[in-house]
Amino acid sequence: MAANSNYEKYQSDGTLLGNALEWVDARFPATSMWKAHLSEYHAPKNFNFWYFFGSIALVVLVIQIVTGIFLTMNYKPDGTLNADGIPRAFASVEYIMREVAGGRFIRYFHSTGASAFFIVVYLHMFRGMLYGSYRKPRELIWIFGVLIFLCLMAEAFMGYLLPWGQMSYWGAQVIINLFSAIPLVGPDLSLLIRGDYVVSDVTLNRFFALHVIAVPLVLIGLVVAHILALHEVGSNNPDGVEIKKFKNDKGVPLDSVPFHPYYTIAHDLPAMVIFLIVFCAVVFFAPEGGGYFLEYNNFLPADPMKTPEHIAPVWYFTPFYSMLRAMVWNFFWLEAKFWGVVAMGGGVVILAFLPWLDRSPAKSIRYRGPIFKTLLAIFIVGFLILGFLGTKAPGYYFFGYAPAANPDGSTAFSPLNYLLSGDLIAQIFTVYYFLFFLTMPYWSKIDKCKPVPERVTFK
Amino acid sequence: MSDQKINNERRNLILATSAAGGVAMAATAVPFVASLAPSERAKAAGAPVVADIGKLAPGEKMVVKWRGKPVWILRRTPEMLASLEKVAEKISDPASEKSEQPEYARNTARAIKDEYLVVVGICTHLGCSPSDKIKPGAEEGMSADWQGGFFCPCHGSQFDLAGRVFKSMPAPTNLEIPPYTYLSDTSILIGEDSKEA
Repeated sequence: MAANSNYEKYQSDGTLLGNALEWVDARFPATSMWKAHLSEYHAPKNFNFWYFFGSIALVVLVIQIVTGIFLTMNYKPDGTLNADGIPRAFASVEYIMREVAGGRFIRYFHSTGASAFFIVVYLHMFRGMLYGSYRKPRELIWIFGVLIFLCLMAEAFMGYLLPWGQMSYWGAQVIINLFSAIPLVGPDLSLLIRGDYVVSDVTLNRFFALHVIAVPLVLIGLVVAHILALHEVGSNNPDGVEIKKFKNDKGVPLDSVPFHPYYTIAHDLPAMVIFLIVFCAVVFFAPEGGGYFLEYNNFLPADPMKTPEHIAPVWYFTPFYSMLRAMVWNFFWLEAKFWGVVAMGGGVVILAFLPWLDRSPAKSIRYRGPIFKTLLAIFIVGFLILGFLGTKAPGYYFFGYAPAANPDGSTAFSPLNYLLSGDLIAQIFTVYYFLFFLTMPYWSKIDKCKPVPERVTFK
Repeated sequence: MSDQKINNERRNLILATSAAGGVAMAATAVPFVASLAPSERAKAAGAPVVADIGKLAPGEKMVVKWRGKPVWILRRTPEMLASLEKVAEKISDPASEKSEQPEYARNTARAIKDEYLVVVGICTHLGCSPSDKIKPGAEEGMSADWQGGFFCPCHGSQFDLAGRVFKSMPAPTNLEIPPYTYLSDTSILIGEDSKEA
């Protein structure tokens, strides 16, 4: 964001406002920042609706920060019991919901906002996969993006502990114990994260600190880096061609429009209005999202003595949670538990390598061949099925095809019982998920791509 | 740059300063990292607890809190104890060789007195508390050949009535048996070995 010497400083037109701006601009790179990132940031002219989600993610980030600040004014990160035997943290959330004027909406904006954030970010990432936005020279934008995704997961996970409900408690118990599967340092590491031998008041307090200040600071830093890297190399577009190849005599790409006002006002503003209408409708009429955004068990205070009958993470973690559960084999000398953690973490980390795994001559799906389209379609279906299965208890069977019991007490398996076993299907799609990435250098090269045009196809 | 003569004296001073600063920073980090470990109060909270088992009927289970964890005490009937032999071949670690328990509980029943199972009700996989599926058969929603035991709702690990994990389950080892001792026939001290043993 260094002041760009190519931009002239603002010259006052003699009005009071003009004089003030000239005074500021002489001392602060106001004009140059405005021009570099908005009015003279030349974005490809052929953006479609997939390009809404970056801006919308920024709006959701602001919603989360503002609602979060107001929530901290009434929330108490205290796991000890009050006079009624209810944990104070849980009671303070109920207090916000029932007795603080407007508190219900602030809380629901925040909790629904978390799910909205992931919906928007998943679509934003999928856009990147469709149009090859991670390809050279945008590798760093993509890596910053993966780090943002990781930060968001940490932020959401730690935030989910704060209401101190049953799902908060047992979800945190499971995820922190994941770290204990790491050989040698694991058990000490999970002890260091919890700060106690079980998830307790100590854990709640540190998660509060991390959730409200540490992770958000890192997150904002990464978002700035993400945008700076983007504005350094310029945006990709649905055709996946470099618009900087053809410039006019002023050095402006021929197939570009200034980001402001063309994309800010004409493209993103309407998208935001639609997004906010849908978002508010959910907040006002279905804030729990049918038990997917806020699980019903989380309206029960945390009980360290009893795990709920059905425990599952919130929907945005479930694809990776399914991968964790799918690993039931011991490999080498390490137990299945460790490989489950490797699958779960690896599922996120492998995304960062996408820029180097993809060897296709074409970036955009518009010009890529049938292999990519088929494999990507299966990938998306598989990812959704993994997500669905992650919300279900282990031993789930599709369409109720559970094995029937024989009269003699043994279990009768039919072929359908194998084919429709959720556990087996999760294992198949977990393997597929990793093979999709690991074999990409091969199949992306041999795929029959269509010729890529020199310039964008949008008129 | 490369043409310029390197001032070795200045470079060495920068190196020395950086090294000293690095050491100081590492030393400063120590109290911050240390503060994340369990505090003295958390460490001291692990005091033993006494459980009164006098009112426990055969086949019944009670839960006591020890170090913030649920400890189950299950009074097993002869049929329940007999089920341990029936499932033995399906158990991953039947002799509890890899599992955590005091030496006096390293037997088939995993107990001092076979009748009473004292076990930490926390799954060795990722720390959920398994649900009771104590009755045999399909009655509790388990398979028809189920002999009674516990089922972890989180990742589906199944345990028998001695807290031993079945084969091909996510949980790596049997449920942990805490150190405990009988103070009398009707009361158990959880968290401490008997002095004589």
